[in-house]
Amino acid sequence: MGDSLIGGGARLAVDIGGTFTDVVLEHANGQDSLKLLTTPDAPERAVLEGVDEILNRTGVSATDMTLVIHGTTLATNALIERKGARTALVTTDGFRDSIEMAYEHRFEQYDLYMERPQPLVERDRRFSVPERMAADGTVLMDLDERAVSALAVELAGLDVEAVAVCFLHSYVNPDHEHRAGAILREALPGVSISLSADVCPEIREYDRMSTACANAYVQPMMAGYLNQLEDGLRDRGLVCPLLLMMSSGGVTTVATATAIPIRLVESGPAGGAILARDIARENDLDKILSFDMGGTTAKITLIDDFQPHIARSFEVARMHRFLKGSGLPLRIPVIDMVEIGAGGGSIADVDAMRRIRVGPESAGSVPGPACYGNGGTAPTVTDGDAVLGRIDPARFAGGKVTLEPKEAAAAIVRHIGEVLETETNIAAAGISEIVDEHMANAARVHAIENGKDMVGRSLVAFGGAAPLHATRLADKLGIKRIVVPQGAGVGSAIGFLRAQISYEMVRTRYMDLREFDPRAVNEIYSSMRREAEAVVRLGAPDEPLVETRTAFMRYRGQGHEIMVSIPVKEFGTGDDADLADWFGTAYEKLFSRTIPNLGVEVLTWTLSLATDRPSLATVPQVESSYQPEPMGQRRLFDPASGAWIQAGVYARGDMRPGAMIPGPAVIVEDETTTLVTNGFDATINGLGQIVMTRAAGGVSS
Amino acid sequence: MNDANMNQIRYQVMWDRLLSVVEEQAQTLMRTAFSTSSREAGDISAGVFDLKGQMLAQAVTGTPGHINSMARAVVHFLDVFPVDVMKDGDVYITNDPWKGTGHLHDFTVVTPTYRNGVMVALFACTSHVVDIGGVGMSPDGRQIYHEGLFVPIMPLATGGEMNAWLLNLIRSNVREPVQVEGDIYALAACNDTGARRLFDMMNEYELDDLDALGDHIIEQSRTAITAAINELPQGSWQHAMRIDGFENPIDLVARLTISNGIIQVDYTGSSGTSDFGINCPMCYTEAYTAFGVKCVVAPDIPNNAGTLDAIVVSAPDNTIVNAPHPCAVVARSTIGHMLPDVVFGCLHQALPNRVPAEGTSNLWNVKLGAGHGITERTEDETTTFMLMSFHSGGAGARPELDGLSATPYPSGVRNVPVEISEAITPIVVWRKELRMDSGGAGAQRGGLGQIMEITSREDAPFGIFASFERVLYPARGRDGAGSGATGELRLGSGKELRNKGFQTIPARERLIIEMPGGGGFGDPFAREPDDVARDVRLGLVSAEAAARDYGVVLGDGGEVDQVETAKHRN
Repeated sequence: MGDSLIGGGARLAVDIGGTFTDVVLEHANGQDSLKLLTTPDAPERAVLEGVDEILNRTGVSATDMTLVIHGTTLATNALIERKGARTALVTTDGFRDSIEMAYEHRFEQYDLYMERPQPLVERDRRFSVPERMAADGTVLMDLDERAVSALAVELAGLDVEAVAVCFLHSYVNPDHEHRAGAILREALPGVSISLSADVCPEIREYDRMSTACANAYVQPMMAGYLNQLEDGLRDRGLVCPLLLMMSSGGVTTVATATAIPIRLVESGPAGGAILARDIARENDLDKILSFDMGGTTAKITLIDDFQPHIARSFEVARMHRFLKGSGLPLRIPVIDMVEIGAGGGSIADVDAMRRIRVGPESAGSVPGPACYGNGGTAPTVTDGDAVLGRIDPARFAGGKVTLEPKEAAAAIVRHIGEVLETETNIAAAGISEIVDEHMANAARVHAIENGKDMVGRSLVAFGGAAPLHATRLADKLGIKRIVVPQGAGVGSAIGFLRAQISYEMVRTRYMDLREFDPRAVNEIYSSMRREAEAVVRLGAPDEPLVETRTAFMRYRGQGHEIMVSIPVKEFGTGDDADLADWFGTAYEKLFSRTIPNLGVEVLTWTLSLATDRPSLATVPQVESSYQPEPMGQRRLFDPASGAWIQAGVYARGDMRPGAMIPGPAVIVEDETTTLVTNGFDATINGLGQIVMTRAAGGVSS
Repeated sequence: MNDANMNQIRYQVMWDRLLSVVEEQAQTLMRTAFSTSSREAGDISAGVFDLKGQMLAQAVTGTPGHINSMARAVVHFLDVFPVDVMKDGDVYITNDPWKGTGHLHDFTVVTPTYRNGVMVALFACTSHVVDIGGVGMSPDGRQIYHEGLFVPIMPLATGGEMNAWLLNLIRSNVREPVQVEGDIYALAACNDTGARRLFDMMNEYELDDLDALGDHIIEQSRTAITAAINELPQGSWQHAMRIDGFENPIDLVARLTISNGIIQVDYTGSSGTSDFGINCPMCYTEAYTAFGVKCVVAPDIPNNAGTLDAIVVSAPDNTIVNAPHPCAVVARSTIGHMLPDVVFGCLHQALPNRVPAEGTSNLWNVKLGAGHGITERTEDETTTFMLMSFHSGGAGARPELDGLSATPYPSGVRNVPVEISEAITPIVVWRKELRMDSGGAGAQRGGLGQIMEITSREDAPFGIFASFERVLYPARGRDGAGSGATGELRLGSGKELRNKGFQTIPARERLIIEMPGGGGFGDPFAREPDDVARDVRLGLVSAEAAARDYGVVLGDGGEVDQVETAKHRN
């Protein structure tokens, strides 16, 4: 692999989550992993402890390490908990409230007591200066530089740690922002300055302002953290490069991550999607649904042709029942996924229509589900699974938590059974059925929003709770094949090791195709390529790079653009016809029709530059198959027949490729349990993955 | 084993699925729509009905105006085309304001859905089209005939063939024919999406019809809303509110009666009809009244036939809230948006500390245009454009919370970014900021309005299609609180503009729009002095208003002067 940073030698992945820090080491003899509790006061501590422990355990020396890849929810948590820097915002005169007025929208139609999310920067730290660009980039009013200088003095007196600058139409002409940024940098040494044209050069002032503010807000903390981490690694002799996982599923250097840390939010789930992508490739599954269900939320990603869809926007820190609109919009490249409040810890209750409701409130890790026996009294999804016999009480989370099924049953009786006057088992089955339905509905709506469907799709399940709920979700979505990868409990960190070094650029340049300007388009692309290459080359000096382009287009008069893939080429006169065709094809794919005689316009152009993906081996053929003996039997409640049935229990670690297990069965491992329901059969494939397929003619319930 | 209980859970899952089906139907419509109000504001609705025309599920979208109106519309379709004359592949359409959702811009499309040759459900949807001819989205029209093309209930498709002559007629009568036709296709297509998802569900659960599921949904919902109503104090309360109107002020008077599991709202005593397009057909009055009641009484119960009859709305004929054909109705939201405030005025007497104070309520949508047929000719070529941007003043304070600033209620619209408006028109917005001291003073402060200042980049006039409320009569506070500031519309040079009707902004002039604030809640002198100091620090309330309205005196550093404040407050 030559100078390649990705591939070769021993490589380490570290994923800091809300509760656990996962460490995965890939070395000549295979793969080792461990979980530690996250140390929120100094997150690098758990990381460094984990590094020491895993190197010790495996005997790999620090100098053998060729790469460390790191993903973290630190930026996300700072935004959720509002623990970022003391930040100021500078806008065009007349627009300092755009960040607060947002879309002038209520995200909850019927709630009279709804509160809108508080902006990251309060009004008394939001300032404006005289200047104005027009939508086409011409200057309507010069920047008042003296006003900027005077403001710098004022900001110095306010002890701000970070400043975001966002002027109207800076995405088309950033001159004023650049000039204001230069003045502020000079006058305020040590203060982080984020310019909206650098962070998010896209049209729509609220989204751009929100993204720039969030970047400024997390920057001082992330810069400090990354610094500490690099020092700590170096002290241990780990002189290999450190790369950071981004929300887009690519990885980047510390320098880039420090400049635009907002691109690191949601990097954990992105790692999971990358893992799912590779599982799809290994199993040659061209349409999958990646299903990552943990303690608090479930993440669902649709991956076609081994390529996760990259969206341009994301909402972080949703305050209210995970509702769309209750968080802060970020315009960053992000793997398109839907995240809903459905996890093992999600709490169930009964509403006025005597309907069981599940989530999004979660019991978290403290007190946790009732069956943890830590004082939790609200019934959760995990409690339901425990009552139904799906989880071995002695082996939950590798035996770190001993479950108390009696507590689970008591909570379910009190909050569901007695209210609905129904048996405990039925109530528990109800919780499970509702959460599965909830996830299936989210998957369906996500699919329709992206013009996709479930036909011919397979499911890749990972995260602690996903393998328990995968078969029922598959039933509801008409999916016939499920793959549960190895190391499902640390899936995100494993995904980090499979990511490419990449960078995504975006530019807004409004263009009506009637006035197509090939020179302008070529200029946009060559400048984006230059900038992206400068970033990617920091981490991949010599490797071949792959460029991909998209344009965000719409019919004139529409409000939403769609993503259209366009080729990497020099554009010339007359290519507007091609652009219109490509748009038409993409539009038809999404909406099953095109609209004749209507003009087409482009709003935004994007470019992604990444190292080439290594080709993956497909799953090796299994030489012979066999039926392993179960290590025991367990009683499972079968909602379809309403009866208890016997199911074989199998230890995943004991099984070789070729093992064939007919449902109903449970396959146990340290971090999770795979439930093979009636109607599904499981096999262990050549890579040790569990593959469940619907038995011929069998219908699972 | 207890099959009945397991069946309950199956029904519940199918109910959830049905809500997801209509959600997908609505998403499809929003994503393919052209009209700004449909796609940005979610001014659409989507639902599934049984063969009797009873609504089983409706998507939660941005517009309460369709809540009961679309549900009733399907019954009107069945009156004209009974189930036994409908055939597979048929689609029906209307924009009848009295049988649909209140004005000609809203098309409702109904599709009977057949599975294995048997009709199993009807899907219906509504969306607001860009244009329907006539004088446009302005209340200047005096009759429905001025307001554009009227399409009575008729086939849009027969046996799978679109009604080409109808589409041709519509294209010939509207200003944006391609977009309007696109919206009509989008309506038909979203019903098909709903039907496909419904078939998936019926296959999975091996259902031949929706009878039992429908009964379950309606029964559970009716029981829940009846129980919720029975928990309320029983009795009858009256409330009146005066608003600006067009040619004359308008009184909205309601009597709300809670008894026997039903809430009745009667508008006897309200003003007569207007000579302009702010009249409200009964269907729209019912929709916003029911929405206001539901927000307080049963916000979590989904809308369906089981909830429809729990809230009974009535009004005498020929009133502004029950305007007959051929009254002009295009801006019926002028009245409709105010009705929840009137309902709240009644409910506040029954349920103190449950409902908000009056808010701006009516949207302050900025509708601008220039060019041919809109503004006078100029020597230079004027760019022809039309711009519709949704904006809001302040909402009323809540019993425990301040009112939301620049936020719509009861409508659920979203604004259009300034950068987008400027990219597609010659308009420049110079200011869009919260308006200091516009929130009504109270223990909880009313939401603030906002100020917008707008010019054209061209040396040419542009026009505003004004339809604004709370310019003469403010949003009032409750329980001793102050009113929100009234709105204002003027030129930069100082000339006042009217709050309703089309007016021209001369070349090189600046249009200034000051949007109203919401009413406060509770005695302003009871507001925490620190909260007042914070409002002053943030520039939401001036130091003068803090002293005058709240009795809070601040020191030089912005801190509360406890001694002076105590003196003022006594």
